[in-house]
Amino acid sequence: MTVTDLVSYEDALDTYDPVMGLEVHVELGTKTKMFCGCSTTLGAEPNSQTCPTCLGMPGSLPVVNAIGVESAIKIGLALNCTIAEWCRFARKNYFYPDMPKNFQTSQYDEPIAFDGYLDVQLEDGEVFRVHIERAHMEEDTGKSTHVGGATGRIQGARHSLLDYNRAGIPLIEIVTKPIEGAGERAPEVAKAYVAELRELIKALDVSEARMEQGQMRCDVNLSLRPKGTEKFGTRSETKNVNSLRSVERAARFEIQRHAAVLSSGGTIIQETRHFHEEDGSTTSGRIKEEAEDYRYFPEPDLVPVAPSREWVEELRAVLPELPRVRRNRLREEWGISEHDMQSILNAGAVDLITATVEAGADSAAARKWWMGELARRANEDGVELAALPITPEQVARVTALVADGSLNDKLARQTIEGVLAGEGDPDTVVEKRGLKVVSDEGALGTAVDEAIAANAAIADKIRGGKVAAAGALVGAVMKATRGQADAARVRELILERLGAKE
Amino acid sequence: MPGITREEVAHLARLARLELQGEELDHFAGQLDDIIGAVARVSEVADQDVPPTSHPLPLTNVMRPDEVRPSLTPEQALSGAPAQEQQRFKVPQILGEE
Repeated sequence: MTVTDLVSYEDALDTYDPVMGLEVHVELGTKTKMFCGCSTTLGAEPNSQTCPTCLGMPGSLPVVNAIGVESAIKIGLALNCTIAEWCRFARKNYFYPDMPKNFQTSQYDEPIAFDGYLDVQLEDGEVFRVHIERAHMEEDTGKSTHVGGATGRIQGARHSLLDYNRAGIPLIEIVTKPIEGAGERAPEVAKAYVAELRELIKALDVSEARMEQGQMRCDVNLSLRPKGTEKFGTRSETKNVNSLRSVERAARFEIQRHAAVLSSGGTIIQETRHFHEEDGSTTSGRIKEEAEDYRYFPEPDLVPVAPSREWVEELRAVLPELPRVRRNRLREEWGISEHDMQSILNAGAVDLITATVEAGADSAAARKWWMGELARRANEDGVELAALPITPEQVARVTALVADGSLNDKLARQTIEGVLAGEGDPDTVVEKRGLKVVSDEGALGTAVDEAIAANAAIADKIRGGKVAAAGALVGAVMKATRGQADAARVRELILERLGAKE
Repeated sequence: MPGITREEVAHLARLARLELQGEELDHFAGQLDDIIGAVARVSEVADQDVPPTSHPLPLTNVMRPDEVRPSLTPEQALSGAPAQEQQRFKVPQILGEE
């Protein structure tokens, strides 16, 4: 189905009610894998972080990573879940070379955390409660490279190459209950949920949750039912949707596609689908009939996990402030609107601005730089704001230089430019580029006198009380000093010399 | 005790990627039936108050600290691989032509 065959979004929502289920996998930031002591460092050379356990060698035995379990409990608690008093791992059996064991160690009917919720805030401030079915512990798979096909995809490949460095890295899978009642806002809710979850994971410090690096991945389950009916329709599962924007687009596309199929009298096939970034469409993956028979059974090589209530309460006691609560607090502290806060959030600037304020900057100044000049640069360079080669401390230093009159706005921009260009910290850039405001009163006075002499007519107007005309002279002085003067001081000097008062 | 059917054997064979012929399906259905029948005798002695177990020892919470231990070298890891390429395990074609 091409994009042109779709039912319009509005028409789809006139007739149908979407129901979603979101499954999010989070790669934990532990130093070692879930069941062995191999390092989890990204970017190591192929198969340099493997051992008999994660390679599935006969006789090897797994041992659970304590921080993996702790992280799972923290996530469960932050999601308002009940933490199991006793639970086990299970083998999920399947034949695919990404796991050399031929099974993935996961949890089946005894997840470590279950029955919770996450309140997510939509862009207009409305809060939507997403109920959580479960969060369970499992492990990541190896990385496949398919060789011989035209596109590097598995289809048409002659053979495949496996790097097992990633096999065994701890994953937490978080599954929502069916999300009902979101109506036309379903795609927005999906995006807001994943965004909120990502913030939460980061706040818990259990993972960096960088979606572009696959540290957090989302599967979007979606079905439609005729409006006013109860029974769920057949769902599709769009796999590995790896950005917030894509989550929203995938949900939207599937609503339109399902509606088109259903409205023309067709039936939705239960299948997995692949999302395509280029045009926001999805295409058929594998059909899920009996393929999903994993023959789960309790993992006999691992003993049950039975988190003591004391441990759980200790972890609950040190949970950080929830991101939504923190955002609302910051919004009030900064005295800005819901809309402005949302822009800051979308730009990924909350932590940067907070850190800049902590480094001594005024919050308005910190916001101005991160959301203005720096956001523009990040956008131009196609990078995340946080990836710009400038630190909150450096931005704070620039705001301090502006506040004490050493730099004006224009010079501050040039200073930031210099820092971004790798010329050093703000003070070094100011020094090297000679960006100090001309505060030498003598030099400034000369420039003012010259400007007055060259613009006698304007000077007369000002003498005559037309103070507003001073702007032109200020401009002339700024031009003469190549922008390196403090405009307010220049104005003072001009009025002083011409005997005029504001 | 319900018998293992031919269809169940065929399903298991498909999951296990085993190619079984008609006669073999019947043969294994009988054998699996015998094996499961033998194991099922356990339920004759297991009472209601004996919970099912997945591990012989009454242990819980065996965990290790999150500390890196030496891995194998790539050469060691790949030493048993039937085929390798670019320091990776080389496996046969996974999917046929579309």
